[in-house]
Amino acid sequence: MQLTDLDYTSLRKRIVGREITCAQLVADYLDNIREKKPLNAFISVFEKDARQRAEEIDRKISANNAGALAGLVLGIKDLIVLSGAPTTCGSKILSNFISPYDATVIKKLAQADAVFIGKTNMDEFAMGSSSETSFSGAVKNPTATDRVAGGSSGGSAAAVAGNLCTAALGSDTGGSIRQPASFCGVVGIKPTYGRVSRFGLIAYASSLDQIGPLCKSVDDAASILNVISGYDHLDSTSANQPTEDYTTYLNRDVKGLIIGLPKEYYGAGLDPEIRQNIENRAAQLGKAGAEIVEVSLPHTEYAIAAYYIIATAEASSNLARFDGARYGVRAEKVMDLEEMYVKSRTEGFGSEVKRRIMLGTYVLSSGYYDAYYRKAQKVRTLIRQDFNNVFAQVDCLLTPIAPTTAFRLGEKIDDPLTMYLSDIYTVSCNLAGLPGIALPSGADSHGLPIGLQLLGKPFSEGKLLQVADFLEKLN
Amino acid sequence: MSVTLEQVDVIARLSKLEFNQEEKSKFVEQFNQILQYMEKLNELDTEPIEPTYNVLDISNVTRPDELKPWLSQDEALQNAPRTKHGFFSVPKVIG
Repeated sequence: MQLTDLDYTSLRKRIVGREITCAQLVADYLDNIREKKPLNAFISVFEKDARQRAEEIDRKISANNAGALAGLVLGIKDLIVLSGAPTTCGSKILSNFISPYDATVIKKLAQADAVFIGKTNMDEFAMGSSSETSFSGAVKNPTATDRVAGGSSGGSAAAVAGNLCTAALGSDTGGSIRQPASFCGVVGIKPTYGRVSRFGLIAYASSLDQIGPLCKSVDDAASILNVISGYDHLDSTSANQPTEDYTTYLNRDVKGLIIGLPKEYYGAGLDPEIRQNIENRAAQLGKAGAEIVEVSLPHTEYAIAAYYIIATAEASSNLARFDGARYGVRAEKVMDLEEMYVKSRTEGFGSEVKRRIMLGTYVLSSGYYDAYYRKAQKVRTLIRQDFNNVFAQVDCLLTPIAPTTAFRLGEKIDDPLTMYLSDIYTVSCNLAGLPGIALPSGADSHGLPIGLQLLGKPFSEGKLLQVADFLEKLN
Repeated sequence: MSVTLEQVDVIARLSKLEFNQEEKSKFVEQFNQILQYMEKLNELDTEPIEPTYNVLDISNVTRPDELKPWLSQDEALQNAPRTKHGFFSVPKVIG
């Protein structure tokens, strides 16, 4: 057993008990990062800063005034800004960008004495389900290096699964925390829309994006969520709702909880091994005193179409800011302003990002706005209503995360529609603004991690953590 | 609905992106495949349904108009490809 195998909850006891130092822990992670460079999990590593910060925290621990996350060593998805550090979004157009300020989540985590070890790799501008579209190259799955790590927070998931850091931050627009967590066998939470401040998160689709942790245990997820949740006046879409101590939901039972299995999530296309795995888990919950009921979310089959219209529309608008004028890479030898815009964007963006900007521009353009964009927002209402109806009967939903376990590198990259369709079980959660958790649940016959998903009504993170924690501790 | 090469040109112009002929032909093919899939939404009668643009029940978030410390001019300009006299500098707009 290596120290770097452990979750934060176990490490914290040893750090606070002075059995180990943060400096030693950081050194071990840095060794692993060097050794596992071929995973391509990190875009940048803050070796000197992390060592220095670890020593500061060791001094705080000696003085008994260390914060709630003292010695938590974090990877940060490379679309969350950190003052003085590069933030590339996995894109050539931001390859030279150094942030002049901190995201709110970074400020909060630094105040709690977490250590930032580097920025993790991702699909360019978070647009992808496999972490293959990064300007820094594809991320590999630590369990099987010929497989994808999932996306778009694939670097964060691979870094945690590969023991390169204790936990990582990711962002989730249509499954980008939960699906890579599932493919790599780690815990991931997409909080309720508005629960965690997005100030300092470079936007992909603003009505869907949320920041959340990827980590080694449900305990860790609760501890990190405790620190990053809450209202932020710098994010006008931040929810002004009281926060809770999520650790109080741990070590409870599930007696009397009603857990729904939405039948549309168990239909054709789902790998039979994943179905069997999750049905077994449902049976375990039933045996422990939860009531398992079948429910229906009848508009599920429309979610992918609605999602890709809304997400690309918002992306085309958000990415208009990358024009070579104020930051990022400017094309050379341009004659006038128009040419500067066009050349900088054409040279700076990769093909998936261009495809989504083009699609988004099309669905928002005159004559098509009502047929696509407005239609999709109406379907979004129907999807929300499905969830409202179901959450009147059940406490949470238990579902698969993806139709398959991690697929092979290169398998879907040339077929965008097939790649989009693999997001079927994750996008509805974002369209409705719900919280969702990905929890590892064993492996398939190839040894690849299987993940299960719990979905709840807005601001029910506590209840999801309760059920996830119960399932995790059954193992 | 299906997209033509001419429409791809128009969308590219609006998107401030440029493509070669091969890329454009590929776009037409992929776009039509994706848009055909999106036609699925037309199976639903959404006439009486209100759209959801934001899932939070909040609107018009305002704050007092107070001066607070923020980035200095140097910090705001530090990532600019070119600056001049404390401004962002870009190629000529008018010839």
